[in-house]
Amino acid sequence: MKKPIAGLALAAALALPSVAVADEDAKLIINGEIELVTETEPAAHLDGALRSVRSGWTFRTTETQALQMDDFDNPGMIFVDQALDSFETVDGAAGKSCASCHEDPAEFEGLRAQLPKYNEEAGEVWTMEMYVNNCRTERMEAEAWGWKSQPMLNMNALISLQSRGMPVNVAIDGPAQSVWEQGKEMYYTRYGQLELSCANCHEDNYDNYIRADHLSQGQTNGFPVYRLKQANLITQHNRFRGCIRDTRAHTFAEGSPEFVALELYVASRGNGLSVEAPSVRN
Amino acid sequence: MKYLTTAIAALFVGGAALAGQIAPSDVVFEDGAVAQSLTGVAGDPENGKVLMNKGAGNCIACHEVTALQEWPFHGEVGPILDGAGERWSEAELRGIVSNAKVMFEGTIMPSFYKNTGYTRPGDAYTGKAAEGELAPLLTAQEVEDVVAYLMTLKYE
Ligand code: HEC
Ligand code: HEC
Ligand code: HEC
Repeated sequence: MKKPIAGLALAAALALPSVAVADEDAKLIINGEIELVTETEPAAHLDGALRSVRSGWTFRTTETQALQMDDFDNPGMIFVDQALDSFETVDGAAGKSCASCHEDPAEFEGLRAQLPKYNEEAGEVWTMEMYVNNCRTERMEAEAWGWKSQPMLNMNALISLQSRGMPVNVAIDGPAQSVWEQGKEMYYTRYGQLELSCANCHEDNYDNYIRADHLSQGQTNGFPVYRLKQANLITQHNRFRGCIRDTRAHTFAEGSPEFVALELYVASRGNGLSVEAPSVRN
Repeated sequence: MKYLTTAIAALFVGGAALAGQIAPSDVVFEDGAVAQSLTGVAGDPENGKVLMNKGAGNCIACHEVTALQEWPFHGEVGPILDGAGERWSEAELRGIVSNAKVMFEGTIMPSFYKNTGYTRPGDAYTGKAAEGELAPLLTAQEVEDVVAYLMTLKYE
């Protein structure tokens, strides 16, 4: 399995705003061996909306970029280590740990690249959090973890890491299609008193500065992201929430069906980019 | 009849507005410009300058203004505003600041003197739903102040 080595977090030192410019042609090679795809051809369903699809990593400063290039420096890896412990910890009335049934986290290789995906049995689109909690409540008879609780974030990072380097490839057809359409509609809705849609910032203005922020395409291939500003891993829904709140809007809740739909749509815009989790952003 | 309903609407929307002020719903646009002062009181360019950098104005989040270099981090989403006071008339600038979407259809620039027609408006930046009648992003006098500041932006 892919085992992280916890390194010293340089986070505190680098959390200061930096005006250094990103090196657009930099290559993301992790630990000197895993080369990730950070720029790729747009999927057909994007209909020409983007000239090329770029990972958020390509917009970050060289300092922030470097933190993700070595697992010793990546502050997110500490949390992956913590998840390894919790993977083996018995919890709940059934007296089981994840490891009782899932021999090794490596068995989840490839899963993150397909999420969120339609779950036949449940008849709905499921995210990583929903899969994990289903095992906790139904199979371990343990309490569900909160959507943005630390153990959930950590476990998400551990399972996602198993797919690092694999291309994001979410399905948008079949039973997932209506949910994808809902997410697309949200992406282009101008929310709040500032009347700004995701597309206003992340499609029409990526690569521009808005105040001190270098706008990226708002891709999700790096999640869960280690955010220097928050000195922790964060969920996709946490980001969506913040971005909508900043339009002076009534935002949606983390874990809401609306955000699951948005998660599917945004993921599909990044089809072809490598899974980077846990990535590092400012 | 049309006149009557507008007048009644104005009574409600304008409830919070001060006497002599034009309520957001009553602003008259002509080719994107607004000829009449929203307050009848001359704008204060000094206060307008402050609004360019902070509060609900925060214009330099999107625009670069050479005269405001004392403040860092000017955005590049909108055009540089140097010379705006020569490029545009006062009425045009009042129209752009009040509701830029009239002059520039579909623009990303927020509408600063408007208080209805939003999708899921929030209570400022709390993420919670807005309650009751919304105040426009800038007051009528603040719009006048910002316009007065923009009028000082001449080409070198
Ligand atoms: C009692 C056995 C059991 C326990 C304990 C258990 N799981 Fe599962 N888990 C399963 C089974 C069975 C499936 C369905 C397998 C499948 O569909 O391939 C599953 C599916 C999953 C999936 C979705 C896999 C996929 O490819 O769709 C994830 C993720 C997962 N488990 C994570 C966990 C985590 C994390 C824990 C501990 C918190 C855990 N599981 C505990 C039995 C268990
Ligand atoms: C006012 C502009 C603005 C709007 C509107 C906006 N965002 Fe963002 N978003 C930002 C900024 C600034 C950042 C941080 C820098 C960056 O990565 O672009 C960001 C970051 C993100 C990230 C993290 C990217 C990464 O690589 O880690 C995601 C995902 C995201 N936004 C999604 C969305 C979605 C979905 C919407 C619509 C619901 C949205 N944003 C609306 C400004 C905006
Ligand atoms: C979210 C970004 C954004 C913000 C915030 C913003 N603008 Fe704009 N503004 C734009 C864009 C983009 C345009 C170009 C019009 C278009 O969309 O075609 C523009 C156009 C203008 C113009 C006309 C451009 C010219 O030729 O000079 C003026 C004047 C202007 N804005 C003033 C302001 C003022 C004053 C504020 C603050 C009260 C402000 N803007 C806030 C994005 C913004």
